[in-house]
Amino acid sequence: MDLENQKRVLALAEQHGKENIIVLLGGADAEASGMIAETVIAGDPAFAGALTGVQLGLPTYHILEPEIKREIDPAVYEQNISMMEMVLPVDEIVNEVSSIRKKLLS
Amino acid sequence: MLDGKKIIILGDRDGVPGGAIEACLAGKNAQVVFSVTSCFV
Repeated sequence: MDLENQKRVLALAEQHGKENIIVLLGGADAEASGMIAETVIAGDPAFAGALTGVQLGLPTYHILEPEIKREIDPAVYEQNISMMEMVLPVDEIVNEVSSIRKKLLS
Repeated sequence: MLDGKKIIILGDRDGVPGGAIEACLAGKNAQVVFSVTSCFV
């Protein structure tokens, strides 16, 4: 995860309180999405950025996950997300992000 | 789940961009506090 974004996420968690924040991802593949989820939940696994050793525990979902999709107006989702939903590896992404969340947030 | 929450959006130029995710949240009781679209190329 981008080092600058790690700084921003840390500052926002401190500013708003981590219990009030949800992170939504738009990553193109399972591996990258999983790495970002891991970073904002349990700290930077690469030991490079501001989140190294910082366990924010932020609930993190990919926009393609059913828990999020069902909260969005279907017409709006269709207009903004559906095209990418057709080309991205949805099952892989959903499995990766949800399994990291279950493993690290429980 | 999103109701009353502050939302951090980490979009991806090759996946779903931040702006598209933001558009999905318009009109919801959730505040986008940060939205970015990364490019890994």
